[in-house]
Amino acid sequence: MGRYRNLAPVVAIAILALPFSGLISDFWISLLSNIGIASLVALGLVVLTGVGGMTSFGQAAFVGFGAYTTAVLTIQVGLSPWLTLPISVIVTMVGAFLIGAVTVRLSGHYLPLGTIAWGISFYYLFGNIAGLGGHDGLSGIPALSIFGHKLLGSRDYFVVVWVILVLAIVATRNLMRGRMGRAVRALHDSSLAAEAFGVQSAAIKLAVFVYAAMLAGVAGWLYAHFQRSVSPGPFGITAGTEYLLMAIIGGPGRIYGAIMGATLVIVLRDQLQSLLPWVVGSAGNFEAIVFGAILVLLLRTATDGLWSRIFGPPSPPQFGSSPDGPTEPSIERPEPGSPLLEVRDLRKVFGGLVAVNDVNFSAPAGRIVGLIGPNGAGKSTTFNLITGVLRPSGGSVLFRGENVGTHTPQHMARVGVSRSFQHAAVVPDMSVVENVMLGAHLRGKASMVSATLGLDRAEEARLFAIAKRQLERTGLAGVAMAPVGSLSLGQLRLLEIARALALAPVMLLLDEPAAGLRVGEKKELARLMRELRQEGVGILLVEHDMDFVMSLADHLIVLDFGTGIAEGDAHAIRENPRVIEAYLGGVE
Amino acid sequence: MDTTIFLFLLQDGIINGSVYALVALALVLVFTVTRVILIPQGEFITFATLTVVALENGRLPGTVWLLLALGVLAAASEIVQYRSEITTTRVLRIIALDLVLPACLVAIAAVLAPLKLGPAMAGVLTLFLITPMGPMIYRIAFDPIAKSSILVLLIAAFGVHFSLLGLGLLFFGPEGAGTSALSTSSFEVGALVVTGQSLVVVAVTAVVLAVFAVFFGWSLFGKVLRASASNRVGARLSGIPVSFGGQLSFAIAAGLGAISGILIGPLMTVYYDSGFLIGLKGFVAAILAGLISYPLSVAAALGVGFSEALFSFWASSFKEVLVFSLIIPVLMWRSFRSGPGTGHN
Repeated sequence: MGRYRNLAPVVAIAILALPFSGLISDFWISLLSNIGIASLVALGLVVLTGVGGMTSFGQAAFVGFGAYTTAVLTIQVGLSPWLTLPISVIVTMVGAFLIGAVTVRLSGHYLPLGTIAWGISFYYLFGNIAGLGGHDGLSGIPALSIFGHKLLGSRDYFVVVWVILVLAIVATRNLMRGRMGRAVRALHDSSLAAEAFGVQSAAIKLAVFVYAAMLAGVAGWLYAHFQRSVSPGPFGITAGTEYLLMAIIGGPGRIYGAIMGATLVIVLRDQLQSLLPWVVGSAGNFEAIVFGAILVLLLRTATDGLWSRIFGPPSPPQFGSSPDGPTEPSIERPEPGSPLLEVRDLRKVFGGLVAVNDVNFSAPAGRIVGLIGPNGAGKSTTFNLITGVLRPSGGSVLFRGENVGTHTPQHMARVGVSRSFQHAAVVPDMSVVENVMLGAHLRGKASMVSATLGLDRAEEARLFAIAKRQLERTGLAGVAMAPVGSLSLGQLRLLEIARALALAPVMLLLDEPAAGLRVGEKKELARLMRELRQEGVGILLVEHDMDFVMSLADHLIVLDFGTGIAEGDAHAIRENPRVIEAYLGGVE
Repeated sequence: MDTTIFLFLLQDGIINGSVYALVALALVLVFTVTRVILIPQGEFITFATLTVVALENGRLPGTVWLLLALGVLAAASEIVQYRSEITTTRVLRIIALDLVLPACLVAIAAVLAPLKLGPAMAGVLTLFLITPMGPMIYRIAFDPIAKSSILVLLIAAFGVHFSLLGLGLLFFGPEGAGTSALSTSSFEVGALVVTGQSLVVVAVTAVVLAVFAVFFGWSLFGKVLRASASNRVGARLSGIPVSFGGQLSFAIAAGLGAISGILIGPLMTVYYDSGFLIGLKGFVAAILAGLISYPLSVAAALGVGFSEALFSFWASSFKEVLVFSLIIPVLMWRSFRSGPGTGHN
């Protein structure tokens, strides 16, 4: 898409000028208006489903929220349509907030099932409330007017629809390339990593849900004043599924794909409605047959959507050049050697299995502490207990004197504990630098609102500079703009470390950082870790490569079957008979 | 509400609930074996009822053309999908099952239809016409994407639902119809009138449930299905053709749908699009049972049937809203129980 980037404004102006060119008939103009309205809804779904991974069959209900709100307020209260626009949007957003608070907490396939349930419920609700006109709906909605000029002609209305759509596209693009956009994408693919860098998953999912509903609400408002009447029909589950179809045809996460999908579905439906009765000899809802068949065929052949098929994968966003702001941590680090992390009688039980059995150790600032032991010794579980992914069954974790045993991963990120994962937990459809910028999530402040308005550019440039700096430190600067998928296993390990460093950690927890690294890369990694130790970062290291960990660690803790069996410096551990027994088996 | 009304609602609830139980059973079976949430289950039901209607009136039902069309599509789909591993046996099997078998069924239907079959015979013929559609649909829409996520399969299920809905309108027309009762007797228990038809519904459902339990507990087919359901890779390594498990489950689902359709025919007027709501209510029951447990699904289906009866007594126009809202708290409870971080499979 990179080549086409500069074309977008030109295309937008061309589309807006289209109705006045005299080239197309009124019929197509009003079809294009319908496409614009549907594109708004599909755009919301692209963000919600394609990026956020939350599939909603109920988006049509939010269109209904917007449409009915303005219908009631203009017909029964007599408000001006321009006054009802903000009210419609607010009503839809409040509704979405309440529904979303329940829905986005649903996991896996329960979420789409939930949206089906309320999607159907609202259809029947719209049709059974007397104040909303029952199944007949409400008619006589006033047309929009600008400076006393009534927008009755389809050409006038077309401009209103597409101006709003262009604004929505700009807002959505701004949102998706920013800090919150990265958080949403990360939640979809690797919620564990996102949360470890401070992303508040429930809140962000809800915010995206409300954003998608807001676009649907605006579409509903446009629809009501375009059709001049509303009835429950277009807000049911069938319409909801059609909107989803539009978003899927275009491809997950592709903004312009939404317009492509909406165009295809609406033009196809229109053509089929005039063509099919002629083919099969009677009138009816036959386009459904073809839509269903297209959906099935599409899933069989092109799961990543048509937009990607035609225009290729998305190009990574561009960031401004480095500003003067600090890229290195501004936080004060504790004196080297002073206590940082204290683990006391830490215990974790899974059913009958004691995975971590009353483990005690401490990791001071400016020291490298190695946590070693055979497979299944409970090292990764200990990591997950410290970082808040798991809750301890007993004992406590103290960080800088504060008991953090029951805190969330997000809290641990806020207090400066950063980690890498044993199995690289990166976001595959983001570039390398964007993955590292995710690590700096907490070092930015831009909200969704300021991101949609494009006010986060300076901050984004700063986060970009931070990420670039960490990539240089880990030797990945050359692949900064490459997609993560092109990295080797060793590079993925280094990327994890760069991302952990982007948080500006006080304490770094590395889970097997040297696994999969070549000798040269290991040397570089060791050098980097000594450098970090020099800076006062406390490092806790789980590692199987004994040469690596023995040469680096100031202090070693050996776990076996969840129990700490030895502690000391590299020399003492090598000589320790219990350690030898654990690794090599007992001597008869 | 007095006792008579309560008993009446209870009877109503049990009848509806029995049909929902059959739907829920089919949904749970299909989901556990193939991970498909079978939205088009309702279409099997309406197609069955409308087929019985046509047969009773001495007309050749539109179902036969649908069956022929699906057969051709399934054959084409299998040949395209497995074009690299086509053998003579395979081609012969495709011809026999997708082309010859439907043609024979259509011929039989064409001979029998003008005889104006009674409800029982019409029901049996309908069962034979509907059941093969299940595996055909599986091979057209789901087998090629069998490894996809539950979500992709769900969207494909919606696609199939839309197509079948349109085809239903094409073949059966927009008019609604009901069938004559399988049993016209009725008797009084105290103040309550019990119809023979409702007893038939409950009895047939009970028999089907019993057969189901035996089938899954004892037969090799049942074990094949359970194996495909619990671990696809493991089942394949043990020599079980997983695709066959999918087809078998779809055949059973279509058969259960046909039975449901035959049972509800005399109880309500069925339109080409009535199936969606019936299917969804069975679906609510299946969800209440977590899409896993058969006995729980049956209990939940009876609960849904009874709630629906109560809701239509108290707040008739909002009964659908209330029935579908039942699902939300249960989904929440299920989500929380499965815990955070497990939602990405």
